[in-house]
Amino acid sequence: MAAGLRARERLGRAVHVATLLFFSVALGFPFYWMVITSFKRNPDLYNLKNNPFVFNQKPTLEHLRLLFGETLFVRWLGNTLFAGVCVVAITLLLAVPAAYALTRLTGRWGGRLGIAIFLTYLVPPTLLFIPLSRIVALLGLQDSLWAIIVVYPSFTIPFSVWLLMGFFKSIPRELEDAAMVDGLTRFQAFLKLVIPISLSGILTVVIFTFTLVTQEFVYALTFISSAAHQTVGVGVPIFLVRGDVYYWGSLMAACLIAALPTGILYNLFLDRFIAGFTVGSVK
Amino acid sequence: MSALGRQRWLGPAMFLPAILYVVALVGVPFVLAFLYSVGDVKVGSVGYHFVGLSNFASVLQNPTFRRALSNSFVFTVSSQVLVLVGANILALALKNAFPGRRFVRFLILLPWVAPVSIGSIGWKWILDSLYSVVNWVLIRLHLVNAFSPPMYLGEPRLAMISVILVHTWHMLPFATVIILAGWTAIPRDIPEAAAVDGARFFRRLFQIELPMMLPIINVAVLFGVIFTFTDMTVVYILTRGGPYDTTQVLPSLAFFTGILGSDLAEGAAISLFLVPLLVIVAWLMLRSAHRAEVT
Repeated sequence: MAAGLRARERLGRAVHVATLLFFSVALGFPFYWMVITSFKRNPDLYNLKNNPFVFNQKPTLEHLRLLFGETLFVRWLGNTLFAGVCVVAITLLLAVPAAYALTRLTGRWGGRLGIAIFLTYLVPPTLLFIPLSRIVALLGLQDSLWAIIVVYPSFTIPFSVWLLMGFFKSIPRELEDAAMVDGLTRFQAFLKLVIPISLSGILTVVIFTFTLVTQEFVYALTFISSAAHQTVGVGVPIFLVRGDVYYWGSLMAACLIAALPTGILYNLFLDRFIAGFTVGSVK
Repeated sequence: MSALGRQRWLGPAMFLPAILYVVALVGVPFVLAFLYSVGDVKVGSVGYHFVGLSNFASVLQNPTFRRALSNSFVFTVSSQVLVLVGANILALALKNAFPGRRFVRFLILLPWVAPVSIGSIGWKWILDSLYSVVNWVLIRLHLVNAFSPPMYLGEPRLAMISVILVHTWHMLPFATVIILAGWTAIPRDIPEAAAVDGARFFRRLFQIELPMMLPIINVAVLFGVIFTFTDMTVVYILTRGGPYDTTQVLPSLAFFTGILGSDLAEGAAISLFLVPLLVIVAWLMLRSAHRAEVT
């Protein structure tokens, strides 16, 4: 009886380990493959007789040198960073006051407007890109980084307002009431009291706005046509190809460099991000 | 009194800029998409003539469009079924603490957090027609012919399967973490009571725990459906809709027609076919949010 129980327990543990192993390999393999490809010499990479899983010749930094020295990669990184900072600034400036006003000042309507603004997050770029391409042209922003700086807040603001509303709801009203009794106006209470204690929520918004900027593909592909003005997300998969020739070594190195920082940042703030999606379904 | 008076404009002053921004860049183009679809707008054209439903008529007669429409459903349904099954199993495996759990979580999250265009180009290399590592393994295992190995992105059926699997790869972590959040939120005492009563693992899972998880699984599915049905990135990078437009989905076809083909009106008409499903999903979300408010 006891032996049977222990056998079952052992079987359960084996199934558990096997499951984790299967998913880790299935989901993580492309990244392992990026690492291997990034540091392999070309004669090794393009020899079908070689075992592709290991280095058959000494690893090389040649692909990285090519990537940083002879492509627009550094420029794309700079563009992404610049667009990211601008979009974060616009998003914070508009979303923080809006989220506060919708949680505190406007009563029953606040909640409804909040839900309405969240629903706009469900309207996909692939439905809007055609009219937006005309609006962008009308504004004289075609083929400019400014096109995406103007357009991206249209999806980062809704998500940020939604996330921040959850934060502001958890701040007790009495705190601001007390401050207002002490002579601060409502807006001063917001600036001097609410914002400082919501810094962690605001930081979450900064991180997610930034990662959304690095992940976006459709708008950047639509509005920006020259390679020099691109972001990493479009530049790497579209413009790192010369004619029909893929420089797989450099390409995979670029993928790795673009993917890892976002991945690490995102992972640190994951729990708050999930809270944004599951509000109402999980307490 | 004056404080109250000030408050009355303070609220709108704080939320109107955000709302106007979103209305200008989501609401206005949304309406324009409808107008374009019943007009004759091309890139560089001036003026606007109402042409009724002729764009829709011409789109519906196009076999490529009909293929894209059915592909969109095949793409969404099959990848979401795979995601749902995979995410539930994976969430179950990650539920309880074990050494290295944080690292495993980081690893399995990567496909979702890395830009999807970057992940897709990684797969394009893995599925390369000449240097595919998948074929290297299969040839060594004598499962495929070394002289005519499968072209994963070059044969219609295989290309569709590849697109579906890569999208599943991308979406699986998202559903997993949401379901995982659900596991930590359900009250422990009921399943534990059932365990004391002698209910076995699978019975507990299917009769008690999964039903309790249903609302959160709903959230994962609804977002998953939206993100999949409206995505064109995986298709665009892996196959460009090819071979011979056999892997086109609605969003990618709208892009090729409206942006690259400069026919804004017809592109808008194609992308409007996304709307009915979006409306249904939004309605379902509101209903479940409302229910959560009531209880």
